[in-house]
Amino acid sequence: MIELKGIRKQFGNHVVFNDIDLQLERGEIIVIVGPSGTGKSTLLRCINFLETPDAGQLTVGDLNLDATTATRDQILALRRRTAFVFQNYALFANKTALQNIAEGMIVVDGIAKREAYARAREILGRIGLADKADAYPAALSGGQQQRVGIGRAMAANADVILFDEPTSSLDPQWVEEVLGLMKQLAAEHQTMIVVTHEMQFAREVADRVVFMDQGSIIEQAPPSELFSRPKDGRTQQFLRKILAANKS
Amino acid sequence: MHALDIDYMLGLVPILLSYLPLTLEMAAAGMACALVLACLLAVIRVSRVPGLNAFALLFISFFRGTPLLVQLFLFYYGLPQVLTFLVAINGVTATILGLTLHFSAYMAESIRAAIVGIDRSQTEAALSIGMTRAQLMRRIVLPQATRVATPTLMNYFIDMIKSTSLAFTLGVTELMGATQKEAAGSFLYFEAFLVVAVIYWIVVEALSWVQKWLEQRLNRAYQR
Ligand SMILES: Nc1ncnc2c1ncn2[C@@H]1O[C@H](COP(=O)(O)OP(=O)(O)OP(=O)(O)O)[C@@H](O)[C@H]1O
Ligand SMILES: [Mg+2]
Repeated sequence: MIELKGIRKQFGNHVVFNDIDLQLERGEIIVIVGPSGTGKSTLLRCINFLETPDAGQLTVGDLNLDATTATRDQILALRRRTAFVFQNYALFANKTALQNIAEGMIVVDGIAKREAYARAREILGRIGLADKADAYPAALSGGQQQRVGIGRAMAANADVILFDEPTSSLDPQWVEEVLGLMKQLAAEHQTMIVVTHEMQFAREVADRVVFMDQGSIIEQAPPSELFSRPKDGRTQQFLRKILAANKS
Repeated sequence: MHALDIDYMLGLVPILLSYLPLTLEMAAAGMACALVLACLLAVIRVSRVPGLNAFALLFISFFRGTPLLVQLFLFYYGLPQVLTFLVAINGVTATILGLTLHFSAYMAESIRAAIVGIDRSQTEAALSIGMTRAQLMRRIVLPQATRVATPTLMNYFIDMIKSTSLAFTLGVTELMGATQKEAAGSFLYFEAFLVVAVIYWIVVEALSWVQKWLEQRLNRAYQR
């Protein structure tokens, strides 16, 4: 129900990727791993047009669009079907935790304020921040901010949530609470695409791990398979490196 | 040299103060219009709306590059000769118009700087949940940018209050115009202009207090 076909993106002369295909079922959770500079972030950003792909087809739910002919309305519709969780949280600094979560429902979905705030409170409860409703981002810890970031994505009621290294900016003591919340979402069968270096999380939660290198998908398989029997030499090398780094 | 005529000065205070409201009204009206126009110009500059951006650049360049007094004369004496329907433009309107255009050019640049200073990731976050550029500007960027720009904008407001004194050259009897008339009647120029100087000074000082108070509040904003 999510399908990328022939996605291409270049910055100037630098082709990040040329022809990416990827499919996801509803409720599926995939983790994308790969070396730095490989195009993982760019791929996620292409899925909701934070970067405009140079070519390719995107299908999300009932929406189908071609990168080269996408209209403004199609792009807005695509963004309503996808939600993004940023590495640096990217909360609205002028809005409280509650407002950050309610903002999209009010402005984008046109839900009445009362109703939107009620739903936002319910989400705050689910992310364990019911007591922080009126706190501004500046008064929240990194872990709390990222949970609000995830809450904002949950509020969008999207077909898929895209996570770009959601724990990479966090102080170590906050990583678990954020991963915990993501596991909770996974248990509720939220469709997600997660770029992360947290291999343990990938092992536990992912239905499928996708290894990307230099703008290509090298191989993809369930974590048990990919981690224990990587087929490609590049995957083997990458896993050796990252697992060694994770241990130390 | 003669001693200061204190009695004359004290008597002048209430007379001149009765013209203060007009001065403040012109400044307030000018500020309100300038703010709206400046936000518009700033948004055009930031989003680089093709054609409009070039116009905004030209506008800002002209109104920052020429003296306010010249602009006022251009509107009051010059424009009605070209645009004959403007014959009826009065001095107060011309002053407000001049202040608006002149100060909006400066204010646009500080608002633009404040907008650019807002962390780009918030823009992406807003777009990622499906907001349009207009919604993003109105709900996320401008509220933060105006806060950042407020101290600077207050400076322009203070400057604008002082600049209303130029209205007397268009025949408007505001604070400065009234002083000019009183002084011409009494020949006590030093006393009269000293009184008006102190009135401007007190008004500006009062505003500086407001500005400090506002800044403290704004610094505390978004911290809870
Ligand atoms: N806005 C941009 N302009 C120019 N080049 C860019 C831009 N964004 C990304 N790139 C380039 O595209 C390539 C892929 O970047 P991307 O951020 O997608 O990699 P990544 O796999 O997410 O890496 P990391 O693991 O370090 O986050 C890199 O070479 C990067 O320099
Ligand atoms: Mg990245």
